[in-house]
Parts: sequence; structure tokens; C-alpha cells
Amino acid sequence: MQPILFYTFAILAVASAVAMVLHRNPVYSAIFLILTLFSLAGFFVLLNAPFVAAVHIIVYAGAIMVLFLFVIMLLNLKRDPVREAGKIRRRFLGAALVLTLLLEVSALIGATYFLSGTGAGGRDAHVGLQSNVSGSTADIGRALFTTYLLPFEVASVLLLVAMVGAVVLAKRKLH
Amino acid sequence: MMPLAHYLILSAMLFAIGVAGVLLRRNAIVIFMSIELMLNAVNLTFVAFAAHHGSLEGQIFVFFVMVVAAAEVAVGLALMVAIFRLRETVFVDELNLMKW
Repeated sequence: MQPILFYTFAILAVASAVAMVLHRNPVYSAIFLILTLFSLAGFFVLLNAPFVAAVHIIVYAGAIMVLFLFVIMLLNLKRDPVREAGKIRRRFLGAALVLTLLLEVSALIGATYFLSGTGAGGRDAHVGLQSNVSGSTADIGRALFTTYLLPFEVASVLLLVAMVGAVVLAKRKLH
Repeated sequence: MMPLAHYLILSAMLFAIGVAGVLLRRNAIVIFMSIELMLNAVNLTFVAFAAHHGSLEGQIFVFFVMVVAAAEVAVGLALMVAIFRLRETVFVDELNLMKW
């Protein structure tokens, strides 16, 4: 059951991420990004982290994507055919760079995975619902408010600063 | 029960697609979306390693990554609106203010 879910979510995530990058209309890009983020939430459920999955959907699909769509529709961008000229070389260069990066990372992961002691077939190399950690709300909250209390407070300060900064930047004139 | 390497390779693929978006697209909003995709790929790695090692730390760090992503999007989109008011465009080819 779990491999079927994994590959379904994986194909959905990669396909919609590619569609997000390649689609011409930024509104459709945002919608494909939402699809990718939903499938990532599915992975978090598979990895026994339901609270992370819930927060992920709330924050990304609920807040960030609304902000993206709002700004896209506010700016109302139009396509200009003059800008589209001479993009083939850049596109080829970008695709080559990305392919190189992907090959390097995959080779690194593969080498580490197959050469280490916990290699293919090892019991420790498998993750999933059988792992003993449970990402329940209570456990996350306990860790956040004891061990990670200072980073938690710093994060709240960071969000406040970002909010004030966004308001200041969006003001037309500064007096 | 999926091997850890599957999650890592999937995460690497999503990260590479995000890099492709940053390199290929010229609409600054889509570039921001690609940065979000890269941050989420890293989040997937964090959670996969947390499940792999049976510890909670990876899931905690996902929250901090989310906080940084939210702050980045708020400030970045405010910057986009401000730049659009000034220059009437968000295409990065035409934003040559910091080029020399």
C-alpha cells in the first residue's frame, strides 16, 4: 500500500512541479505549485508526521498561495512578444545546468546509500510508519516549548519584522 | 516502508526543478514560487531523515523553514509590488538597477 501511495504522490509532485516551471501563465503556475504542496503533505502523512502535514497545508495552501495569487492578479502582467526572443540558448543552458545538478545529487545519494553499512536491503535504510517517532501535536508542542523555546520566540520576532517590513514597503510614500 | 534513498532522490528532483525555475523563468513571481519549491524539497528531506532516525528534531526544523518561507514571501511580494509601481514590470531582464 505504501509504495503505491509513494509513487502516486511522487509522480504527482514531480509532474506538477515541472508544469509549474514550464507553464506560461503565472496563475496556472501557482495552481500547479499548490498541487505539488498537497502531494508533499501526503508524503508527510506517509512519514508519520501528521501535524507537519496539517500545518503545511494551512500555511502554504491557505496563506502563501493566496498571497501569490493576489499579487499576480493585482499586477495583471501581460506577455510581450519582444521579451520572448532569444530565449532558446538560455533555456538550453539552464536545462543543462539542472541536469548536471540532478545527476550529481543522485550520484552522491546513490554512492552514500549503496556504499554505507545500512545499504540496500538493510533494515535501517527504510523509513515509514514503522518508525517509532510520532509527530503528534503534543510531542511537537512539548519540543517547541521546552528545547526549542528560544528559536520559537526568535521566529515570532522574525514574522513580526517581516510583517512590518511588508507594510512599510507597500506604502506608497514614506514620510 | 520506503527506502530512505527514494525520498532523498525525490527531494533532489524537486530541488533541481526549483533551480530550473529560478534559472529559466524571468517572471519574478514565478522565481519566488520556485524558491518555495526548493524550500519544500528541503522540508521533505528533513521529515524523511526525522522518520529515518526516529527523532523529532527534523520535524521541528520544518516549522522554522516554514517561518522563513512565510517571511520571505511576505517581504518579497511587497518588494514586487513596490518595484512594479516604480518600473511597471516584474520581468527580471528589465530590472537592471543593481547591474553595473
